[in-house]
Amino acid sequence: MPAPLSPITLEVIVLSLGIFLLLAESFSRSEDKSWMARLSIVVLGVVFAWSFHTSGNAGIDLSKAFYSADETALFFKRLALLTTMIVQVMAIEYGGVLARFIPSSKTGAGTGEFYALPVLTCAGLMFMASAVDFLLIFVSLELVTISFYILVAYMRKQSTSLEAGVKYLILGALSTGFLVYGITWIFGLTGETNLFRIAQVLPGMLAEGGRLHDSQTPLLFGIILVLVSLGFKIAAAPFQIWVPDVYQGAPTPITAFLSVGSKAAGFIVLIRVIQPFIGLPEIGPKVMGALAVLAGLSLLYGNLAAMPQDNLKRMLAYSSIGHAGYLLVAVASTGPSLSTLGQSNVAVSFYLAGYLLMTLLSFLVMTVVANHSRGDDIIHFNGLAKRSPFLAFGMLISMLSLAGIPFTAGFYGKFLVFAAAVREHHFVLIGIGVVTVAAGFYYYLRVISAMYWQEPTDETPVTIRPLTRFTIGALILGIIFFGIFPATILEMLNSAPVQNTPIALQTSLK
Amino acid sequence: MLNLIIFIPLLAAFAVLLGAPARKSALAAAAAGLVISLFALFSYDASKAGFQFASSTPVVPEWDLKFLLAADGLSLVMLLLTNLVTLAAVWITPLVEKRENIFYACLLFITAGAAGAFASQDLFFFYAFHELALIPTFLLIGLWGSGQRHAAAWKITIYLALGSFILLIGLVDLYNALPAGVRTFDMIKLQQLASAHVIPEASQTRPYLLLLVGFGILISLFPFHSWAPTAYASAPTPAAMLHAGVLKKFGLYGLIRLAVPLLPAGAQHWSWLLLTLLVGNVIYVGLATIAQKKLDMTLGYSSVMHMGYIFLGIAAFNLVGVTGAAVLMFAHGLSIAALFAMAGHLRKFSPSLAYETMGGLGKPMPFLGAAFGMAAFASIGLPGFANFSSEILVFFGAFKPAFTPEAGSYQLATAFALWGVVISAVYMLRAYRAIFLGGVRKDSTDWVDPIFSLRLPVILLLATLMITGFFPGGIVNLVKPSIEALLPK
Repeated sequence: MPAPLSPITLEVIVLSLGIFLLLAESFSRSEDKSWMARLSIVVLGVVFAWSFHTSGNAGIDLSKAFYSADETALFFKRLALLTTMIVQVMAIEYGGVLARFIPSSKTGAGTGEFYALPVLTCAGLMFMASAVDFLLIFVSLELVTISFYILVAYMRKQSTSLEAGVKYLILGALSTGFLVYGITWIFGLTGETNLFRIAQVLPGMLAEGGRLHDSQTPLLFGIILVLVSLGFKIAAAPFQIWVPDVYQGAPTPITAFLSVGSKAAGFIVLIRVIQPFIGLPEIGPKVMGALAVLAGLSLLYGNLAAMPQDNLKRMLAYSSIGHAGYLLVAVASTGPSLSTLGQSNVAVSFYLAGYLLMTLLSFLVMTVVANHSRGDDIIHFNGLAKRSPFLAFGMLISMLSLAGIPFTAGFYGKFLVFAAAVREHHFVLIGIGVVTVAAGFYYYLRVISAMYWQEPTDETPVTIRPLTRFTIGALILGIIFFGIFPATILEMLNSAPVQNTPIALQTSLK
Repeated sequence: MLNLIIFIPLLAAFAVLLGAPARKSALAAAAAGLVISLFALFSYDASKAGFQFASSTPVVPEWDLKFLLAADGLSLVMLLLTNLVTLAAVWITPLVEKRENIFYACLLFITAGAAGAFASQDLFFFYAFHELALIPTFLLIGLWGSGQRHAAAWKITIYLALGSFILLIGLVDLYNALPAGVRTFDMIKLQQLASAHVIPEASQTRPYLLLLVGFGILISLFPFHSWAPTAYASAPTPAAMLHAGVLKKFGLYGLIRLAVPLLPAGAQHWSWLLLTLLVGNVIYVGLATIAQKKLDMTLGYSSVMHMGYIFLGIAAFNLVGVTGAAVLMFAHGLSIAALFAMAGHLRKFSPSLAYETMGGLGKPMPFLGAAFGMAAFASIGLPGFANFSSEILVFFGAFKPAFTPEAGSYQLATAFALWGVVISAVYMLRAYRAIFLGGVRKDSTDWVDPIFSLRLPVILLLATLMITGFFPGGIVNLVKPSIEALLPK
């Protein structure tokens, strides 16, 4: 057994891999660039396995650190690695479509970065999972966002992809501005960028005679600005305007990456950023109230607007807003105590793990089907059960899991979310949830009804690559396995539920 | 043993999906299920009562969540009902023209879901197994249904999803209402906690209301019933039999098993609401049934209407009433399944099942005429069938409820419900007259009785109904100790 790795080695390996791929691509003569994706899947798989054997936070004073490697952080790193691996599988499958929309003299030219940039994004996501300082949060967020700017607009001959790129660029830059401005306010008031230090100094500033005692408005202003920016990243209403067009226009693997990776990293940052504030009676309830409003709006907007969509990618875009709403319900159901914080953390993490599996599964099936039917409208799925029972079953499981049927991972996620909401007596949010869950059933089952009720317009059976077939099978099994045995994930999360909490917060919450 | 009852249909369903001969596997699984549930019934030690055949596998130890199977008399009766109806439903399934394997797999999934819900003594699996049946129903109605099948499939699925979700919230609320130290998903432990009165009375009203509405939507409680008639009318025959006969009993079973015993103060607090709504079930839906012009719609509405009696027994909250309700669940399941099975045969000749297209069929179809008559009498509640003995228990129970309610509300509701018997007589006899009596229509020369092997399932259902009708002692004695254990001391 080798000695445990220092956790940051994981990011270093991923970053080096990304840079190596970019360099190697320029010297490679091969026309088919998909070897890059295969290589990165192997390396990321090794890093994934290695992440179970790291030294964690031993001996680190988090109030002086940028980087925390607690259990939650490692969990989200694993999510990022897994997502990237599956996105690369999807990218291989998508290669044919990609080549059609890139101006080039020979096939395969100019597609190299499409396989290299996701690796860099993955490194950014992994840094985000560990960031406990606003500076690292900002830098890693930018690493993620900038690589996404390129990836979203990758299909240069397709106008929708370019449109998506422009929209994402403008709104992403705007949200970055909000983030920096918010950080400035918080830094200006507290003199700190480290979340733990902020948690340590805030109680003194709010106490009698402190500079924030009379008015907390400046601090709240800063927090709200940061929340607005994170709202963009996690695609929560009312900051969701970019989502449908960008999701629809971007290459499908990138859409999947955006909707899973970007959301997961956004939520871990959100959980960390609100931690210094929830224990403070003057500020905590207001922040929670704002989050509850975001949750309610996202639930309603995402789920209701998904209902009339005829394009599957667009529908999943709206449903992704809806899922941000469910996740926000869990975050907003954090009470001012350590145990509720731990429970919300577990609910969000579990939900995201399930969301990862089911969303990637649906996008993977969509990539294969869209390749054959030349389109990703719901009608292109008509009669899929006849053309390929395997793909139809995969899509069936992913839709059921997204709708939250028991014995799928999606059900436990919803269960944990609403258990937290019931515990905190958020009955308005629950009432909204009742409506949106029913709406969800409608639009997810529409896909199922297309696949099983309708007759296919095109009878040719769909061929699937072995790697894709294996990945789809693994995702199906994963969704069902975690739907029946959630304890495997829950134990991973519960082994150190408090460790990631700022120390100062632990004292102030007692 | 209980594992087998759940996993045989489940495995058979997967086998069928993967290409095993569909009809044969389904029949074998259904027959095996019936044999095992009969065996369980006879090896159940009635002298000891309580839960037997327990098996438990931990799933999330931290929440005390486990895959816990166990059965008492009530569960066993429901399991027997499930397997009887499944066997009959699979047996009478006509030739499936398209995607036979998915059809039978869906039926088996519904069976596994119902059996799992009745055998699980853990809140999570109790809930989850019921949901397992949701999507197969959606596919069955949408793919193989008749008439407005797509609209009906959407309606039932969205309604039931909504009901299930409210139910889930109610269960979580119930869980949170328990004192912090004793929270558990274990329904056997919950039952013991219930007799110790651990949930403060003040915090019982909200969870009970949520459970009542959640279960109520699944049971087609008035005014949440509108999904049921259309869905049963358009569903393929076996699906209608399984859903109306078995699956809908899940909600009633949940009320008896969970809502009323755990939250007695809540039940008492909301008794006026339940009484009002169940009168709606019996009278309003009953009158709507009379107005129907098609056999499938009549049967669909009648199955909604009869829920009113069962609600009445549950609302009475005493040993006589709840026992009556439990036996009535069994009896109603069998009689409605038999009626749907026969309607399925008639549909071969008259796709719309409109009364005006039929008439005088007693002559070409003597067997069906006799069997339909018997099932109709059972459904009305004539002596000789289990429906009669159980309805009597319900009415006696409801006339003298367990607690003193506001003046005469129970007696009033019982009086209304008694009129339901007259209403059912009206629509059932009218249906019988329209189909089997009168002159033989000219265009109905090719109408024939079902062949002998297809008569067997109907005979099976009716015979069980008559045996339990003439000798209700056996089933009542099986159910009574379980109910006694559930009711507060």
